Amino acid sequence: MSTFPENLKYTVEHEWLAQGEPSTFGITDTAAGALGDIVYLELPAVGTEITAGAVCGEIESTKSVSELFSPVTGTVVAINDAAVEDPSLVNSDPYGEGWLVRVDVTETGPLLTAEEYRAEVGS
Amino acid sequence: MTDTTAPDTTAPHTSTSDSSTPGTTPPATSTAVVPETPTPMHSPLHDEHVALGATLTPFAGWLMPLRYSSDLAEHQAVRQAAGLFDLSHMGEIRVSGPQAGAALDHALVGNLTAVGVGRARYTMLCAEDGSVIDDLVVYRTGEEDFLVVANASNAAVVLAELAQRSTRFEVTIGDESEHTALVAVQGPRAQEIVTSITAPDDVDAVARLKYYTGLEATVAGIDALVARTGYTGEDGYELFVPATEATTLWRALLKAGEPHGLVPAGLSARDSLRLEAGMPLYGNELDRTTTPHDAGLGRVVKLDKAEADGAPLPFVGRAALEARDASQPSRVLVGLQGLGRRAARHGFPVVRSTDRLDLVVGQVTSGAPSPTLGFPIAMAYVTPEVSGVGTELAVDVRGRAEPVRVVGLPFYRRPQ
Repeated sequence: MSTFPENLKYTVEHEWLAQGEPSTFGITDTAAGALGDIVYLELPAVGTEITAGAVCGEIESTKSVSELFSPVTGTVVAINDAAVEDPSLVNSDPYGEGWLVRVDVTETGPLLTAEEYRAEVGS
Repeated sequence: MTDTTAPDTTAPHTSTSDSSTPGTTPPATSTAVVPETPTPMHSPLHDEHVALGATLTPFAGWLMPLRYSSDLAEHQAVRQAAGLFDLSHMGEIRVSGPQAGAALDHALVGNLTAVGVGRARYTMLCAEDGSVIDDLVVYRTGEEDFLVVANASNAAVVLAELAQRSTRFEVTIGDESEHTALVAVQGPRAQEIVTSITAPDDVDAVARLKYYTGLEATVAGIDALVARTGYTGEDGYELFVPATEATTLWRALLKAGEPHGLVPAGLSARDSLRLEAGMPLYGNELDRTTTPHDAGLGRVVKLDKAEADGAPLPFVGRAALEARDASQPSRVLVGLQGLGRRAARHGFPVVRSTDRLDLVVGQVTSGAPSPTLGFPIAMAYVTPEVSGVGTELAVDVRGRAEPVRVVGLPFYRRPQ
């Protein structure tokens, strides 16, 4: 069963966002489960300007590839090197050790609450 | 996050890069494609899959397990211990009668009358133009009895073609797909597992079965056709049983296999395993635009099969395949080793070099990150000039060139 922590915000593209200074985002349990075993992550470089709703990376599993969309506009201040090294962290702990990108946010894209996201993915 | 796997725009959560696994766009030119039915058929093992928590996916009109827990874990289990697959979606067509062999010699590219009882043969059903309608495994189960195993997506077409091509032969053709379950045990521990639940009188014979042979044996108390065949590159067995007995066999194999490390494995692992083993997949390497020769499988076309008087035996596709056999190929199926980390996928263009994305020299038919080898692998059709082993090429992976090198197939060979 997929889980959606109440303290996070979500996007229809299946990213989660922990708002803060900086904010952190990753992909949801639902997305990680649908992809299967993730074997490769391509994340934006630190210092890159990313834009809400735009592609900022790639997530590759044995069976498929997905684009990573940024839920926010801002500057990348950190990426999860441990997850790049061991992408299975995204499957095992998508909201924790499997986080992907930290951003100094200037603008936020459209976000959903946990309840809205749960309704969106129908679980 | 949006799924961008090349050929698939309809099923993001089960997206794959091929057609034996779910969510595939079949080749537009193929007439051998069964559309997804609104209510997919269930395997006789459906309830077992649900109870095991499998992720199910529509595939060729069936709802089949994509994975149970982890694609990688299932793949590794087959390489290191064993995996249990439900292949009940495959088509089983019985061809029997005094002229069963002769009918198949006419209908297929292989020489089936030359196959001994108890042996199996990999062969193909081709159209008059030499293109592949399906690739098949045919088991000779008796002097006048053959079991033709077809891909699920092509089973109906194979049945219709066999019937139509056999009208002048004394032969009966029966579709046994609905009443037959097919379960595969694949991996280095397969023999120990299968023989541990085989009737004592049959244990030696099952253990001694050679690759591409089969026999009737009692397994878990069930009369089964037990064959030493598979689609993973590992040792293993495929067991054909009545659909009504499938659950008993499945549970017995899971239980007997557990101490050996056997896990149930889905279509996702099946696809990555067959790709590592360099085995073609209908819809990817083979389709109605390819001949057996294109796929490097010209050897399955038996142009030397002859009538009793020594005259060349006419079979469907013969003229086109003779011409193809005598001509230079316009493209060659090769293996590609990815030198970067991003995998080439089905349908991606192969280009001459990383700085010449415009110079297309071929197309990827299947590709994935190889779980066993740790780097991306792919099969692709390329022009003969760039098909030599060691040639450095590139693949256009969503607009960015990834370097690849032509390597020999298979990518993976099991330790002997």
